[in-house]
Amino acid sequence: MKIFPKIKLNVDLEIALTHILAKKKQTVIVSFAAAIGIAAFIFLNSLVLGFNRDSDEALFKSTPHIRIYVEDKMSEPLFTDSKSNSLTIISNPKIINESKKLLNPEKILYNVKLIEGVTTATTWLNINIFYNNGSAQVNGSSSGVNIYEANEMFDIQSSMVEGSLQNLISTPNGIIIGVGIAEKLNVRIDDNISVVSPTGIVKIMKVVGMFKTSNSVVDKSKSYMNLSIAQQLMAQGPDYITDIYVNVEDPNTAVSYLPLIQERTGYIAEDWKAANESAEASKKTRKVMMGSISIIILIVAAFTIYNVVNMTVKQKLHDIAILKAQGFAGKSVVKIFISEALIIGILGTIMGLILGTLLVKALSKVYIGGDRGYFPIEFEPKIMIMGVFVGLFVTFIAGLIPAKGAAKVDPVSIFRNL
Amino acid sequence: MQTILKTENITKYFYTPQKFKVLDNISFEIKESEFVSIVGKSGSGKTTLLYVLSTMDTDYNGNIYIENNVITGLKQDKLARIRNEHIGFVFQFHYLLPEFTCLKNVMIPALKLNRFSREEIEVKAYQILKLLGVEEQALNPASKLSGGQQQRVAIARALINDPKIIMCDEPTGNLDSKNTSIVMDIFKKISTELNQTIVVVTHDNDFANSTDRIMEMQDGRIL
Repeated sequence: MKIFPKIKLNVDLEIALTHILAKKKQTVIVSFAAAIGIAAFIFLNSLVLGFNRDSDEALFKSTPHIRIYVEDKMSEPLFTDSKSNSLTIISNPKIINESKKLLNPEKILYNVKLIEGVTTATTWLNINIFYNNGSAQVNGSSSGVNIYEANEMFDIQSSMVEGSLQNLISTPNGIIIGVGIAEKLNVRIDDNISVVSPTGIVKIMKVVGMFKTSNSVVDKSKSYMNLSIAQQLMAQGPDYITDIYVNVEDPNTAVSYLPLIQERTGYIAEDWKAANESAEASKKTRKVMMGSISIIILIVAAFTIYNVVNMTVKQKLHDIAILKAQGFAGKSVVKIFISEALIIGILGTIMGLILGTLLVKALSKVYIGGDRGYFPIEFEPKIMIMGVFVGLFVTFIAGLIPAKGAAKVDPVSIFRNL
Repeated sequence: MQTILKTENITKYFYTPQKFKVLDNISFEIKESEFVSIVGKSGSGKTTLLYVLSTMDTDYNGNIYIENNVITGLKQDKLARIRNEHIGFVFQFHYLLPEFTCLKNVMIPALKLNRFSREEIEVKAYQILKLLGVEEQALNPASKLSGGQQQRVAIARALINDPKIIMCDEPTGNLDSKNTSIVMDIFKKISTELNQTIVVVTHDNDFANSTDRIMEMQDGRIL
């Protein structure tokens, strides 16, 4: 039997290959077990990646990467008491009733936009308001925005179902409301509603657009209006801005911009991760969950390989003894059996990559509707490469243990017991 | 005549079931192209002696020399190399690798030694198989051969690296009388034609009588 006569094979590898080829069926079945492990690893990790990207995208539809704002300050006690034997002063610190206004917002905006890596920055004014139509009243919050910049940041356009963003520019007292508000107030496009601010100012506004997001709570409370109207509702001048929203190139590096922004603006900056800790926590939970499932599947696959190599060693004690008698050193024997595990591992990894890719591709074509569209699963080369390394590492370990055992076989005891 | 194998005061104990002196102060020399048989009753220590000489059993006292080089105390990898290069083995059972052809079985020790090219090794393996009269079996799987043929292939395998010495443990113990005489003739042939040094452990007196020298063992000593 000549195996690959063109390639000059090392004799250890040749023996390993012959063992493997002598049991083709078993090899294929075991490789398939490894393939399922690796496919599961790739599939589950792609799933996590897809879910996390999807939830980040959903988050970034309403949350900027970085938010600059005025932090509430606590009042300081008038006396500070450091000596234990002096009179004890009980104080009751409270939030100082200061304006939330950012001073010179245009300057801040200009400085922030100069920072390298910043893609978008826009002024923002959030106010709590009541929407009224006749006796019907809905409370919610509105954002006073520059609608172009806001759209650039949050892609409001993609969730618009009626009207257009352009109408907001051309209609100073226009308002874009969620479909939930429209339903509750029973209004349609171009209808007028009255809006009441916390300062008691009432304005008649014209519905110029409606949007629908994946979150019905947002649809039932959120609206966008021109910044100047929001400032009027707050009874403030045109420089009244409470927030500046900033987007950067890579949201995962947002935290690294914070010191620079704070230094240049003098105000507190908060990144999206700090503002949305629960979303981060659920991402981590998903990662750990899927990670542990895929590792368990891989361990099961590794045990299958371990079993087969171990069985081969047990069946081939006589062969190992004669090889050692003929001058095969312990490390050659280790090489033979690790090679067998690795051949199975390589076969399994190749099949696993194909299987995993097919699974990911198939699922990414499943339409689930809503604003999600297709199933959120991502195909990423990084995960494939990781799958290859994990697969080969696992099979190496699964082969190493029985191979070490094979190297310890004492030929004399085998020959004497026949 | 050069000394191929020399032992000095080989002593070995078995520890189970109780301490027992299995080899007792054994010293002898085997010269180049000598055909030596070791005989003795069961339990006389002859097989144990052979495995000590084989370098596979390293648990003994005393010294062993191959061509005046001491091999006692060498590391396992080094000993494996010495077995590969200088010692050929023939056992009672043939121990051919069942997945390989007879030819490949003969070639494997030479491939491990890696001194000649694969083609040269193949030519040589054919020559030896022909010398032993089993060349037509060369491309058959080892498991398809008769007992006598398998043993002849095993002898060919022992010869492939031109070893300094061939060690045999009851090479005819598993064969019928016809095959026994064939294998005996082969050993005589390689002894006379190839001047091969051979040491054989046997309890077949006919076989022993056909060798150059008989060493009889009793209670771990050479008589």
